[in-house]
Amino acid sequence: MTTFIATIEHVVKGPVWGCQDCGQCVLHSTGMTCPMNCPKTLRNGPCGGVRENGHCEVKPEMKCVWLKAYDRTQDWPLPATWKAEYNHLRPPVDNRLKGTSSWKNFFTKRDRWTPTGWKNSTDESVAQGVDH
Amino acid sequence: MSTLEHKLMNTTETVFTAEFHTLDGNGLEKAKKYADRFQGWFDGVNATDNTAAHAHVSNVASAIAMKQLGLEPILQVVCRDKNRLAQQADIMGASMFGVENFVALTGDDVTAGDEPEARRVFDTDGPQLVRLMSTIKRGEYMSGRKIDPAPHMFIGAVENPGAPPFEYRVQRVAKKYAAGAKFLQLQICYHQDRLEKFCAGVRDAGLAGKIAIIPTVVLVKGPRPLNFMHNSVPGIDVPADQIARVEKATDPAEEAYLQTLEFAQHALAQPAVRGLHITDFRNDDTLERLMTDLGRVREITTNSSTTNEVKDDHAYSA
Repeated sequence: MTTFIATIEHVVKGPVWGCQDCGQCVLHSTGMTCPMNCPKTLRNGPCGGVRENGHCEVKPEMKCVWLKAYDRTQDWPLPATWKAEYNHLRPPVDNRLKGTSSWKNFFTKRDRWTPTGWKNSTDESVAQGVDH
Repeated sequence: MSTLEHKLMNTTETVFTAEFHTLDGNGLEKAKKYADRFQGWFDGVNATDNTAAHAHVSNVASAIAMKQLGLEPILQVVCRDKNRLAQQADIMGASMFGVENFVALTGDDVTAGDEPEARRVFDTDGPQLVRLMSTIKRGEYMSGRKIDPAPHMFIGAVENPGAPPFEYRVQRVAKKYAAGAKFLQLQICYHQDRLEKFCAGVRDAGLAGKIAIIPTVVLVKGPRPLNFMHNSVPGIDVPADQIARVEKATDPAEEAYLQTLEFAQHALAQPAVRGLHITDFRNDDTLERLMTDLGRVREITTNSSTTNEVKDDHAYSA
């Protein structure tokens, strides 16, 4: 059943969004642009190597994934809650989820699991700082 | 507390940082020569991490060497070559030797280097790496395993004010600040208007005074490195008139120096800017001249020689 759901998801999301089956989909928060298509698989915005014409450092023929994400977040009629998530700090990918269904992981909340150290480093705890 | 942290957090003094030269053969001997040139001029010197995707002496080894030679290192950690485990190990390893300044960056892709067939890693990205550093600073590994005592860390990041999408770059500053970055070294930007807008944006976002902006200038000998950066380094655009200015000058080396000085003075006059990062591709006496022209007084305590002209193997050298 799990494999079946993953297959359906892949068939639907592959051709439309270039889904790379990371199993922890963030499309809604990135202007419906899959960040796993960035050659560096960056989840938190463009690197410093974006070319003058807005194209990718690694694949000069391709527009930077994050420029697309930025433009679409501004221009597309997406829900405000999705747009608000654009600047959220997305955690590092959980590599164990590769190839699994992000739909299933969403409903089971598996995709929201982060390691304890990461979870404890909230904006507040970081801002509070530690003075050793 | 490192000098860099003290000056940025407790004073209003302008800070100066620099890029340490890459080390290959004769590592320690060369490190000594480079350290002698930098001694007393800088509040922190970047121990680079396989710069431009070329393998060199490691960032951690360079930082330890610098520490032993009396420089204050800033450990660069990039995301290209190592996964989160190795990054944490490097941070902890450098910390064990007293390194306190850290700067997180995504890093050039492997295709920018001389081993483009290598596997790229990017297990983390720049903002995630900043948060990972903050986690260690709080006394935990990513897993939550305790580090007692937690290392003392002063954390920074990098941003490129000169690459699209320009208006979004300021939002990235906010993101990196929230992740724990206290200073931000900028990539070299030859468009003064872009730097102006970026710095004004940081100020308007209420981040001036919270995150110290440190723009970069590069010392070059002539038009060749300018052309190289323009043509071969993605994310760096050098306007044609800036290249022509050096190219057509009767004394290109002098003109290149004056250009760098102008960019340095312009950068230091921008809002939210707390200092300057200097990359020296010239390896001559203009480093000392630039620092002096910018009003810096050398804080020297050793018998270091400033007249050493060191031959650098770096590809950018003019």
